[in-house]
Amino acid sequence: MTTTRIGLRQRLGPAREFLRGHQSLSITFGMAIAAVVLPLIVLIPPFNGFGTQKDFVGGFADAGVFVLLAIGLNVVVGLAGLLDLGYAAFFAIGAYTMAYGASGYSGLDTPFWIMIVVGAFVAAVFGLLLGAPTLRLRGDYLAIVTLGFGEIVPLVFLNADTYTNGTNGITGIAQPSLYGLAGINGFGFTNPWPYYITVLLIITIATMLVYRLQDSRLGRAWVALREDELAAASMGINTVSTKLLAFAIGASTAGLAGVFYSAKLASITPQQFEFQVSFTALAMVVLGGMGNTWGVILGAFIVYEIQSQGLHQLDAFAKSLHAPPISLGPITLDLSTINFINYQYLLFGLALVLMMLLRPEGLFPSRRRREELHEAAADVEATAEVISQA
Amino acid sequence: MTASPASQSPPAAGVSSGSPIVAGEAILQARRITKQFGGLVAVREVDFDVPAGAIVSLIGPNGAGKTTFFNVIAGLTDPTGGVIDFLGERMVARPVRAWAEPIFWFVLPLPVALLAAIAFGVGAATVGEVVGLVAIGLLVSSLLVAVVRPPGYVHLLRRVGIFRSARPHEIIALGIGRTFQNIRLFQNMTALENVIVGMHTRTRAGLLDAALRLPRHMAEEKESREKARGWLRYVGLRGRDDELARNLPYGDQRRLEIARALASQPKLLLLDEPTAGMNPSETTQMTGLFEQIRSELGITVLLIEHDMRVVMGVSDRVTVLDHGEKIAEGAPDVVRADPRVIEAYLGKGAA
Repeated sequence: MTTTRIGLRQRLGPAREFLRGHQSLSITFGMAIAAVVLPLIVLIPPFNGFGTQKDFVGGFADAGVFVLLAIGLNVVVGLAGLLDLGYAAFFAIGAYTMAYGASGYSGLDTPFWIMIVVGAFVAAVFGLLLGAPTLRLRGDYLAIVTLGFGEIVPLVFLNADTYTNGTNGITGIAQPSLYGLAGINGFGFTNPWPYYITVLLIITIATMLVYRLQDSRLGRAWVALREDELAAASMGINTVSTKLLAFAIGASTAGLAGVFYSAKLASITPQQFEFQVSFTALAMVVLGGMGNTWGVILGAFIVYEIQSQGLHQLDAFAKSLHAPPISLGPITLDLSTINFINYQYLLFGLALVLMMLLRPEGLFPSRRRREELHEAAADVEATAEVISQA
Repeated sequence: MTASPASQSPPAAGVSSGSPIVAGEAILQARRITKQFGGLVAVREVDFDVPAGAIVSLIGPNGAGKTTFFNVIAGLTDPTGGVIDFLGERMVARPVRAWAEPIFWFVLPLPVALLAAIAFGVGAATVGEVVGLVAIGLLVSSLLVAVVRPPGYVHLLRRVGIFRSARPHEIIALGIGRTFQNIRLFQNMTALENVIVGMHTRTRAGLLDAALRLPRHMAEEKESREKARGWLRYVGLRGRDDELARNLPYGDQRRLEIARALASQPKLLLLDEPTAGMNPSETTQMTGLFEQIRSELGITVLLIEHDMRVVMGVSDRVTVLDHGEKIAEGAPDVVRADPRVIEAYLGKGAA
């Protein structure tokens, strides 16, 4: 066991070195491969029955929004160790910024490409506003305050109906336009490809930036803060401003995702930004592997696809079985009538509980987290390595 | 155990010599430091000097107020009274913001000036004259407050929160590095990363530098790595750069903590019981390292220690606290013979 591990590591050594040395290049390359491969999934047997390629690509573009949310939340939770339960608030702020900037409701028509920057900026400002008074709190207290903020923001959008059109939300949000560049005149409901490409580009850039920050003075400061706040302060890290920066960066990513989301849907309502979104994003980060950006991206993608596609297909599959109802005393279990989508949060909870029991570091953990959570296992492994070297 | 540190040479990029420090002159001056917790006086009017280039120890029986005093110097607690100067810089009771104190000069005499103006202005005075009187009164009295600083002024500003101690991250920027009694490394970071974090105050690359990989970030990263390796070797940790801090043996963790503190290029190093839990041979090696840090790097060392052998062996000067008061100070031999010290440690009969 141990020897094969070392052998594999040695064989992959040069490749690892190369990837580490050319991070941005390898991220771009990886994303490009994903961009080409993902739409081809429609050719593979079980999936070809689920929809057309356009359906799939549109779904992937939506998944991209959640991937972005997970990347941003990972900076706050995974790197800086600040538990944020109200992350959807910044998502909502970004989405409404887009809705005000370019829709029939406000009468403005700012180009999407400018709104992306504006939305990220506005969300970051709100991140600072929320963070400045609350980041002195630690752990659970911070979680409660952010939870409150996450509840307040959609409620404000819901009840300030003079400005936000209340429950009906804002409709007629402008689609992005390339002004005829590259032969594309506009992004439309019938053509999800431009959205797909755009969201992949945004994810690529965001991933690159996060990786760069992670290996910088700032990234180390975040990790140090997460590890031991007092020691970090004694090493000269300004705890308040460093945490604020993490918070603002996370918020701006969510804002950016919000802008894209509302442009793609063309209409938004406050109900789309309730606690479930924060919770889902957090579950994505935890399942994917806190602190590891690649893992979090994969985690978000998998969770989103299960939520939006997998459960539907499970429903259809269960119906297609035509299994006879099973009677268990007072309960009758009829597979064909079970609506799995109604149980999605139950399934989510189960998945999280199982995860915490079996693999608390997530599916694709960062090295640090793995060490942290598998102390005993690491000790055993280290001993084994020493023995094998002797 | 790794090779003896005595054979190592200091890293090429050692301590920057900012302001020239004259040996023997007090680098840290504490005056009448008092710390009260409710009715309990943990530290009472302690005067304490750390001469530059010395190894100074602070000792005392349990509950003597050592840790409280140490926390005051390290910026973890605000003292109730007294001041501390470090290299001419005030560390305690300094304004939180540069503009906060001047505002106070105006706020403080405002009621007095108002009353005076109204008193003088009663009669035929117009509104303009009253306003003028208030303005003049305010100007004069605020100047008076600023220059004279009436009794209780500093105390009041402290109570209001305009004056407070330098915070830990400011203290290390001033040039005071520290270690912790119960080791507080960043457990899941490598030894090298731990030391690089120690350089936080001496590096400048920010968000944009890192995001765009600007030359400043690249140069700093490279330099930090090299320097950090140098510091690890200096304290005697060779070939353990990429080991996680948690996986290091106890003694090496202590060394790593010292390397991390040294990386901030301190002028004064605070060591909180650095040999706690070590066996005699490890302790000897450790005290050797303190000597080396003092003589080679010119860093002043302040030790808080329980182990009498360490204290008496390595210190130039020992200060003894008991019940929050300074009971003796001087060369180790003198302090050792002091009847009050013997009494404090062993009880009245022994003295």
